[in-house]
Amino acid sequence: MRVLAAMSGGVDSAVAAARAVEAGHDVTGVHLALSKNPQSFRSGARGCCSKEDAHDARRAADVLGIPFYVWDLSDRFAADVVDDFVAEYAAGRTPNPCLRCNEKIKFAAVLDRGVALGFDAVCTGHYAQLSRSADAVTMHRAVDEAKDQSYVLGVLTQAQLARSFFPLGGSRKSEVRAEAERRGLAVADKPDSHDICFIADGDTAGFLERRLGRAPGDVVDESGVKVGEHTGSHRFTIGQRRGLRLGVPAGDGMPRYVLDISPVTNTVTVGPQSSLEVRAIEGRRPTWTQTPTIGSWRGLAQVRAHGTPMPAEIRLDGEVLRVALEEPATGVAPGQAVVVYDGSRVVGSATIAATRA
Amino acid sequence: MTRSYLDHASTTPMVAPAVAALTAELTQVGNPSSLHGSGRAARRVVEEARELIADRLGARPVEVIFTSGGTEADNLAVKGAFWSRREPHRREVLTTTVEHHAVSDAVAWLAQSAGAEWVLADVDEIGRLRPEELRACLTERTAVVSVIWGNNEIGTVQPVSEVAARAAAVGAVSHSDAVQAVGHLEVDFAASGLDLLTVTAHKLGGPKGVGALLARRETALTSLLHGGGQERDVRSGTLDPAAIAGFAAAVDLAVDGRPAEEARLRRLRGDLVAAVLAAVPDAVLQGTLDPQLSLPGISNFVFPGCSADSVLMLLDAAGIDCSTGSACSAGVSQPSHVLMALGRSEVEARSALRFSLGHSSTTADVAALAAALPQAVLRARAAAAYA
Repeated sequence: MRVLAAMSGGVDSAVAAARAVEAGHDVTGVHLALSKNPQSFRSGARGCCSKEDAHDARRAADVLGIPFYVWDLSDRFAADVVDDFVAEYAAGRTPNPCLRCNEKIKFAAVLDRGVALGFDAVCTGHYAQLSRSADAVTMHRAVDEAKDQSYVLGVLTQAQLARSFFPLGGSRKSEVRAEAERRGLAVADKPDSHDICFIADGDTAGFLERRLGRAPGDVVDESGVKVGEHTGSHRFTIGQRRGLRLGVPAGDGMPRYVLDISPVTNTVTVGPQSSLEVRAIEGRRPTWTQTPTIGSWRGLAQVRAHGTPMPAEIRLDGEVLRVALEEPATGVAPGQAVVVYDGSRVVGSATIAATRA
Repeated sequence: MTRSYLDHASTTPMVAPAVAALTAELTQVGNPSSLHGSGRAARRVVEEARELIADRLGARPVEVIFTSGGTEADNLAVKGAFWSRREPHRREVLTTTVEHHAVSDAVAWLAQSAGAEWVLADVDEIGRLRPEELRACLTERTAVVSVIWGNNEIGTVQPVSEVAARAAAVGAVSHSDAVQAVGHLEVDFAASGLDLLTVTAHKLGGPKGVGALLARRETALTSLLHGGGQERDVRSGTLDPAAIAGFAAAVDLAVDGRPAEEARLRRLRGDLVAAVLAAVPDAVLQGTLDPQLSLPGISNFVFPGCSADSVLMLLDAAGIDCSTGSACSAGVSQPSHVLMALGRSEVEARSALRFSLGHSSTTADVAALAAALPQAVLRARAAAAYA
């Protein structure tokens, strides 16, 4: 097959491309330039698409002996991922930009463009396992639980999975690093990337303030009594405890958490941890890795990257995915995805729109 | 897979006499600046090369300043002449809008950091300096004027003799980057009237990493590199006799063979243009094919509805090397400032590919391009929706 290997300049995508080559595919490496103003060098584990990353990706492709190009997707990334990220925070929600990037860029713009250019599939260094049968592809969690990325891939459809390769899903990260070393890939000891790639300094609040400005408002308790002020409701996420800077101590002296964000009134509601507990999740815009699962079924729900899978009763109700958790969960933020699993198999996902205790 | 190399304007294969001259010197010891016998032997190689290059380019040996290549020679010309020539009322550096980045970025830096005023003279629809712009912009306020002899992206030739004459009349230093012209057009430094001229070895069959600035003896240049005082005290640094010998052998062959080679390349380019337009009828040739106004081997096309990056990748996969002809940043191609200067939109500029012919090009290369192009353009158009 003619395979397009997305190469970030990191160790995972380099080894994934190497394995695709070794499997006998005709592999072409592509580095996605996602930033309008790339930095020259990486700073630690943050940021992406620096010129140094592009160089590292190119070197890995050279070592593998495959053609390599840089695709400039910075306009699309700015519109579909960064602007969306800002708009979601402005609307009081907490987006997951990695999931959005997979949905809109890597397995959409890149895959579609690749197919148009004559490629059969896209290969990435994501940690998830694909299992192919004659008529379907199923996606399962990675062998390495700590690295499992099935959550951020949960939004992919059968058509996308049919044209995807995740060669690392059956390996542990330590094995991948050792393999990179063995293959002479210079990126073997490069640190893993963390956080949000387009916020190079890791200061999400500062980034949002530059984009959205300051909008001072009130912090209130569950009864509506003002307990403090904030400089912008977009600085908060459901379940957040740090950085509330409340002048009035809680009556019971217990820590307070963000319970609700209302951008219309620019109000942030805080309260005790017990009030964060959620038993019912309403998900919009459901996506399915196979054909939609109709009716009610028992499965596992995960509400954030690296979150714990939670037993739940799951039901498709028209265009709404309803998830009833067996045990209450905290910190379930609208805007994040709820990804539903059948054991280790990813069934589908939806965007969390509302929660109830 | 046999590859068809259609990117001679980026670099062209070394010719056999250059390889022979270079390799013969590689094992020789001796620094050309040393006073002993080994040093004298090395210096002799350098000075014979200097005399040969000067002779073939209409210069005197003392006018040849060896550099690391075209970029360094352009920087030395623009910055070195500006620093020497500037006066309180003479701070302008004049260029066209279609210069190579080695000139335009050097001038931009002077304007940002060294008190220069950058004056840009506009070009016409084929990329040629407008005569009225030259008259209006080249004045007694001009310290340096730099105009590319033959454009590297579209091949258009500039009226460098007119520039040189006008510069002399107003007291400005004149420079031309002639790296694409030498070996393809008649280039005579003395006859051109220019004060400074850039040439580089690897565009004409010599090795990479060596070039020269031809500089009139009376043209003052402030040094960019200080040290041992080599090259008239203008360009310090130990000279590389092997590279310089290869450079001279290439210049010798390229200039001697130029009339026949220029005619051959013009015919082959005519075939290439006809083949491209037959394969992709709505492709739009940029620049001109006029033999008086164009380099013989360069052709540049806008392929409407395509990303040039996509076509380049597909042609690459089909064994054809070509170029978008524009600068890269982290491998991300920027829309060509040259095509934008001709009035093309950014979208059109991102759809342009350059095919450039040279001494090893054959009709088989043109046929390979004609065979691969229709499918590449078709696929690139389908992919454009996802760009």
